[in-house]
Amino acid sequence: MLIKTTTRAALIAALALTTAAAWPHAASAETVLRIGMTAGDIPRTLGQPDQGFEGNRFTGLTMYDALTGWDLSSADKPSVVIPGLATEWKVDDSDKTKWTFKLRPGVTFHDGSPFNADAVVWNVEKVLKQDAPQFDASQVGVTASRMPTLASAKKIDDMTVELTTKEPDSFLPINLTNLFMASPAKWQAFYDKAEGADAKAKSQAAWAAFAKDASGTGPWKMVSFTPRERLELVKNANYWNKARVPKIDKMVLLPMPEANARTAALLSGQVDWVEAPAPDALPELKQRGFKLYANEQPHVWPWQFSRIEGSPWNDIRVRKAANLCIDREGLKDGLLGGLMVPATGTFEPGHPWRGKPTFEIKYDKPAAQKLMQEAGFGPNKKLTVKVQTSTSGSGQMLPLPMNEYLQQALAECYFDVQLDVIEWNTLFSANWRKGASDPSARGSNAINVTYAAMDPYFALVRFLQSSMAPPVSNNWGFINNPKFDEMVKKARQTFDPAARDAALAELHAASVDDAAFLYVAHDVGPRAMSPKVIGVIQPKSWFIDFSPISMTP
Amino acid sequence: MLAYIARRIVYVVPIVISVALVCFLLVHITPGDPLVAVLPADASQELAAQLRAAYGFDRPLPVQFGLWLLRALHGDLGNSIATGRPVLAEVLRAVGNTVTLAIAAAIIGFTMGILLGLIAGYFRETWIDKLATSFAIAGVSVPHYWLGMVLVIVFSVELNWLPAVGAGPNGSNSWAWDWSHMKYLVLPAITTSVIPMGIVTRTVRALTGDILSQDFVEALRAKGLHETGVFRHVIKNAAPTALAVMGLQLGYMLGGSILIETVFSWPGSGFLLNSAIFQRDLPLLQGTILVLALFFVFLNLLVDIAQAAIDPRIKRG
Repeated sequence: MLIKTTTRAALIAALALTTAAAWPHAASAETVLRIGMTAGDIPRTLGQPDQGFEGNRFTGLTMYDALTGWDLSSADKPSVVIPGLATEWKVDDSDKTKWTFKLRPGVTFHDGSPFNADAVVWNVEKVLKQDAPQFDASQVGVTASRMPTLASAKKIDDMTVELTTKEPDSFLPINLTNLFMASPAKWQAFYDKAEGADAKAKSQAAWAAFAKDASGTGPWKMVSFTPRERLELVKNANYWNKARVPKIDKMVLLPMPEANARTAALLSGQVDWVEAPAPDALPELKQRGFKLYANEQPHVWPWQFSRIEGSPWNDIRVRKAANLCIDREGLKDGLLGGLMVPATGTFEPGHPWRGKPTFEIKYDKPAAQKLMQEAGFGPNKKLTVKVQTSTSGSGQMLPLPMNEYLQQALAECYFDVQLDVIEWNTLFSANWRKGASDPSARGSNAINVTYAAMDPYFALVRFLQSSMAPPVSNNWGFINNPKFDEMVKKARQTFDPAARDAALAELHAASVDDAAFLYVAHDVGPRAMSPKVIGVIQPKSWFIDFSPISMTP
Repeated sequence: MLAYIARRIVYVVPIVISVALVCFLLVHITPGDPLVAVLPADASQELAAQLRAAYGFDRPLPVQFGLWLLRALHGDLGNSIATGRPVLAEVLRAVGNTVTLAIAAAIIGFTMGILLGLIAGYFRETWIDKLATSFAIAGVSVPHYWLGMVLVIVFSVELNWLPAVGAGPNGSNSWAWDWSHMKYLVLPAITTSVIPMGIVTRTVRALTGDILSQDFVEALRAKGLHETGVFRHVIKNAAPTALAVMGLQLGYMLGGSILIETVFSWPGSGFLLNSAIFQRDLPLLQGTILVLALFFVFLNLLVDIAQAAIDPRIKRG
């Protein structure tokens, strides 16, 4: 009996001790957020991600900062540029190609080395100076083309740098959100250890090593990287912006390119968050208590018109008629299950670059028919137009069904729409740059390629400025409007941010009034997540801030 | 036998060179820009020219092919344009994952196929045969993609027994043959196994039926050989053809399935090919196709040699 009592007491004591030992552990249990991305591979981790803005979202803005950043704190207001690793900047009054950036003091990279002017110069030269040891051709495309006028960087003092542009360009602070600051000290350590036949080979080896053990200044630090399988990040408790120190301990990024696989992974509890769930699974996800988020993105799903000689779109009545003939609400509620915002321009009301267009883009079939009749078309004389599109593609949403919807809608306004469907990469990488007059257009007088509208160059300039016509950039239709050219010049050379925004708004309003595109939809970046994920703010942006997000046990 | 092996190896050389040439040309003759992975469509001409030169795409095609082949012979397939990582390391890692999947699928598919084939062959024209044959036809006919999704819905989403996607738990950087990893293998392996299972079932059924109807089997039985002994003769006679079919099936499985690996996010060669195609990553695409093609060529070589070792008539042919 005594033995039994002693044993029982010992067991109780052991249990109590075990439980007590578990308390602090339970109280500090690691919180892990697992995300299923749409990417087929982890976007590049070495500072300049690939895979478009999904890359920036997951391996750019998490591990790295840029001199300027995006305000992602509101779901209602458009995201605007705010200070990042630079606290302030200004253009030289006498030479508008020179900018001074004051750097944020006290910032360190994840490896402990200081962020300073040398680091900024080093990072600019990694993509601009071909004879710099750290120059990496693979990072040039996703950087240089997003800041086409940046020419060089110079250290003024430890906390001040001077950036020079090829021509006066007020868009520079916006474009610099794409230049992420990687740690020169960490890279140098890899370079010193690297083996290679020459400096170029050593540099490549150093970048390869850096990608596996990256170091930026961002709110998340890399802890484990398995290419094509997962990237594990932990919170940077020493992040310079105390308000943005992550609440979650760890974030795991998993590439899952197939929408049904992502959705199944969420439904089975294997991940907590998926980007772009399968549209037909949305009702089930809602029914099972998962949360759905969507918000207007700076993104446009358009037809870009050919304006070469002989194009039917040269008649503004025809362009306006097409814009008035589409029931965008019907497209949204029917085909897209609510996952789009009807487009009435590149920017919607509330955006600082929206302006006040006088041409109201809406569904008004009688007005569209009237315009077409004035242009000489009718039920017995239809206007044949051919549009080049793809079966799939980044940001293309549902290109074929959406184009077939447009085909039917426009038929009621006396258009006979013919679709020329080609492979996405060919459409995007070749045909879009060759222009409407090139044989690759195969006689098409419109092209359907979606575009990001984060900054003025990407959103407006490359399409509207005459000098951006092929082969220079994406003015596919050869728009040649001196008024647009003048407005682009004015916006680029207006350095007061408020005045620059006003100039951009004028340019945008003019493009809408000219019905420069057939504006159809904006994507909404749908994502679904477990009810355990809380504190999510989905801004009107391609990006999202993971710092305020937390998880219930 | 040695002469036969040597002759077969010599035959492989022109095949390998032809494969390399086709791999190289296939991705070059398709339209589009080889630098699409790193060069946005709005890049300036100057930038495009600069990068084209940096990657060597500005050189004439024969020069590009010569340099590529020379490097490939030294085990260097270049670096992926999209990720900057060495292609060979990428491909070998992916092939390793596909081999893991193929082994598991082969074990399931071949075991089931041989078993069902033998049963059907022994019980021809009975309900057992019809059941086994129906199973085999279903295995060959059911779309992989659909079957994979059904398995995921049942075993991952509804029952929550097995993971839906991936190739291992968080925190794991390499494959291990333990349950924490193997549970990720179950659903893709079953999905991958159904086609070889169906084909092997039908092959073994036909061979078994054919052998059992031959005179020498009657003679063996007449001599009083036990059914186990007869069975041994059936197996021995069916083995070369069955082995050839299984070798081919193994080859297909080792090539990886884009659909299955994408459905399960299994990071094998099919998944890699999918990424390489979508990112238009030319060096990765060329390297992956080349390694897979060589794999297939050498696997065929091994199957031929194994067949010759089992069946002496082949050597004479």
